[in-house]
Amino acid sequence: MTVVLECTGVVKRFGEETVLRGIDLEVVEHQVVALIGASGSGKSTLLRCVNLLEQVDDGVIRLDGEDITDPRVDVDRVRRRIGIVFQAYNLFPHMSVLDNVTLAPRVVHGHGREEAEQQARALLKRVGLADKAGEYPDRLSGGQQQRAAIVRALAYDPRLLLLDEVTSALDPELVGEVLALVRDLKGQGMTILMATHEMGFARQVADQVVFLDDGRLLEQGPPEQVFGQPHEPRTRQFLARVTDAGRL
Amino acid sequence: MTVPAEVAPVVSDVQRDREAYRRHQARRSTGIASASTVVFLVVATVAIISSPGWPRVRESFLNVEIARDSFGPVLEGLWLNVRVLVGCAILVVLLGVLVASARTLRGAVFFPVRLLATVYTDLFRGLPLIIVLYLVGFGLPGLRLQGVPTSPVLLGTIALVLTYTAYVAEVFRAGIESVHPSQRAAARSLGLTHGQTMRKVVLPQAVRRVLPPLLNDFVALQKDVGLISLLGAIDAVRAAQIESARAFNFTPYVVAGLLFIALAVPSARLADYVATRANRRQQAGGLV
Repeated sequence: MTVVLECTGVVKRFGEETVLRGIDLEVVEHQVVALIGASGSGKSTLLRCVNLLEQVDDGVIRLDGEDITDPRVDVDRVRRRIGIVFQAYNLFPHMSVLDNVTLAPRVVHGHGREEAEQQARALLKRVGLADKAGEYPDRLSGGQQQRAAIVRALAYDPRLLLLDEVTSALDPELVGEVLALVRDLKGQGMTILMATHEMGFARQVADQVVFLDDGRLLEQGPPEQVFGQPHEPRTRQFLARVTDAGRL
Repeated sequence: MTVPAEVAPVVSDVQRDREAYRRHQARRSTGIASASTVVFLVVATVAIISSPGWPRVRESFLNVEIARDSFGPVLEGLWLNVRVLVGCAILVVLLGVLVASARTLRGAVFFPVRLLATVYTDLFRGLPLIIVLYLVGFGLPGLRLQGVPTSPVLLGTIALVLTYTAYVAEVFRAGIESVHPSQRAAARSLGLTHGQTMRKVVLPQAVRRVLPPLLNDFVALQKDVGLISLLGAIDAVRAAQIESARAFNFTPYVVAGLLFIALAVPSARLADYVATRANRRQQAGGLV
């Protein structure tokens, strides 16, 4: 079992407020790890720390054994090995879907336009967006935009894929198409760390479920255990609230 | 399958009544507006023409013969203005982007660059253009340094570029800061460097947003190029001055003024058009 991502004692503060209070976490190759927890529990912040969009205030994050929180590390080189998909898609509105997807391969990885576009079209076809390659993002539905954003993150073959509540901004009837894509990626052996509110989905797809509460990692285990027999009262409380809201 | 025949829309009596009322109101306001415009123009014309000094003013400002004679030299001068305008506009846009980018750099390392850019914009937005013209036009060659240009056209261009770059840099900066941070985060997360993010993601969106105010500055620059005459360059204003001294009459200035207006009108209409289009795009919720 190769460990792709290893967080040890990760702390993050925003001014006076401590958002992460020492997180220890491992993501093993080809596994899907789901971060669950209430809004503000630190799920998104942890993902942003892993992608070096935020600087940690303590602790170490290792990617394939390399300490990426070392200030001497070239952040751009680290980010080339990590793909991230945001809740609000964050596609570039002034570029076509195809240009969105080929931007990193062309500009960062030095691929020729033809090669990059060929690969991008193949990926877009796989997610059912072959006919949308030339469209601008605002002409696409939310589900289509999010699938395009996932393809954009996949275009340079990342070692680790981070998904930050990728279905939270979608209309309920569009959630399914994005989740199906994530399930496909797991089938292809992608290593994924995802923050999610979709408990049913986490239960089906995740190998490990991690419950965050107020910046602490309270409980971790296979989904049957975390959802079936949670040890912590806080986890039980959270799951009960989610069940009441009809999300499980 | 047969296509169902187009059914004529049935308009209710209430709607017909509403439409009739709106048509009546529209006719009424058009009528009032036209009538008041005509009345104003007639009163203003009569007031001016019946004023005691009118014959003198007409003779010294609106002399058709002198206008015809001075038209050629003034137009030739205007050609110099147009060339200076084009040169200035290109330099201002390039330098404006550079200064704006410098002002938006983050991190302690870039503090000196940021400070320099901030001091520059503060200084040249505060200094009246005419003072910059004098300082550059007469001060710079006064240093008698090797390689410093002495041509008034070149010195005038430098002064205009210095002042306008400060304005335009601020317009660009506003545009850069209006691009949502999540766009920057998305680009950086793909592994793009800061420079690549600016070039490929931030600036293209920023420029689109600030095009209307940029064109507005262009229209202002269009008339300010006439100020290089202060340094002795023979542009439209200077040519008008020469003609005016020769004929002992102010008409050449009016000719130059009309030519500047003719130059500005297309740019102003273009600016309006671009602004309207940008508004419409925003209302549609899209960007492209």
